[in-house]
Amino acid sequence: MSNEQIKNLEEIFEARIARDEKIEPKDWMPEKYRKTHIRQMSQHAHSEIVGMLPEGNWITRAPSLRRKAALLAKVQDEAGHGLYLYSACETLGVSRDELYEQLHSGKAKYSSIFNYPTVTWADMGAIGWLVDGAAIINQVPLCNTSFGPYARAMVRVCKEESFHQRQGFEIMLKLCNGSQEQKDMAQDALNRWWWPSLMMLGPTDAESIHTEQSMKWKLKRKSNDDLRQQFIDQTVPQAELLGLTIPDPDLKWNEEKGVYDFGEINWDEFWQVVKGHGPCNKKRMKDRVNAWENGEWVRDAAMAYADKKEARKLKEAI
Amino acid sequence: MSKNWPLWEIFVRSKNGLEHRHFGSLHASDAEMALENARDVYTRRSEGVSIWVVESSNITASNPEHNGELFEPAQDKVYRHPTFYDLPDEVKHM
Repeated sequence: MSNEQIKNLEEIFEARIARDEKIEPKDWMPEKYRKTHIRQMSQHAHSEIVGMLPEGNWITRAPSLRRKAALLAKVQDEAGHGLYLYSACETLGVSRDELYEQLHSGKAKYSSIFNYPTVTWADMGAIGWLVDGAAIINQVPLCNTSFGPYARAMVRVCKEESFHQRQGFEIMLKLCNGSQEQKDMAQDALNRWWWPSLMMLGPTDAESIHTEQSMKWKLKRKSNDDLRQQFIDQTVPQAELLGLTIPDPDLKWNEEKGVYDFGEINWDEFWQVVKGHGPCNKKRMKDRVNAWENGEWVRDAAMAYADKKEARKLKEAI
Repeated sequence: MSKNWPLWEIFVRSKNGLEHRHFGSLHASDAEMALENARDVYTRRSEGVSIWVVESSNITASNPEHNGELFEPAQDKVYRHPTFYDLPDEVKHM
């Protein structure tokens, strides 16, 4: 194809997106669109898969059967969300094995928040309330993104995700209505998860390199700073309801703007964790790679069994 | 040895009376496992009463580049639609 022809196709393509038409896997698309989508969707899938690990830590120690069943269901949903997103990603011609390889080798990123430890039961509450809360704010606009398989996966993810946040808030509420120790535990969890949750919504608009292109492709409908403001504005009243204090001395209602002003985010910490120096980066990757490698014989045995059954069927047919 | 599990397309009937609809795909070693995995991945909240699984490699799909010759001819055959025919308003039940 000549450069002229490609330019022409690109114009038609951009016009389709501007008209809110969906792009399907076999449609012509610019190489950059394909690559950006593989990057973002796989990052999203990896975050779901790694996101199971910090919570898996508490399944066997959940304080009651009710909490245990809910936590198990939530973690199972996350596995499911990872699978929806991996298969949406595979429609762009990348294999599941390649995607895993990118995660395991550290080439692909996942949400940096999962590199923080879950040291008390209250962390299950704080994660559901704050981390899933921030995730929902990020994900709801993606239900309308231009790439059909991604949008369809996100519709399902968002539908299922709202229970995650509610179960987290309920855990916090129960602790806050409990003994002083329980209330302290809830406050301590909020103290540790608040700032990482704000960072989770991504670098400031000035630092965000992909924003402009992603807005055009409807991979993003609001900027990181707008999403962060929305998260803060909706979460502060929820903290008040719990009787907890947000760990930010500069947090103040701005009457004039109708939003909360908040303190400086420690972006050095964010970039440290992204670059692999967070408290649990190594442990998360080790656990993930071990799970994959230790499961290899099971995957091979299943395949050998399938081949054997197929061969027997063929023999019987003769 | 490591042979990758093939990809399967999953179709779910939400309730009797409705058709099976494409829900997504997943990897499984054989059809039976694809069914079991589809149950866990796509029907955790009673989304279905019946599942079909089809190995993705068995699906033949049309190529969007040929959409013109495949689908455009239908556009100039407006006489296939009832509104093409001019009838006086007095004609009822038609």
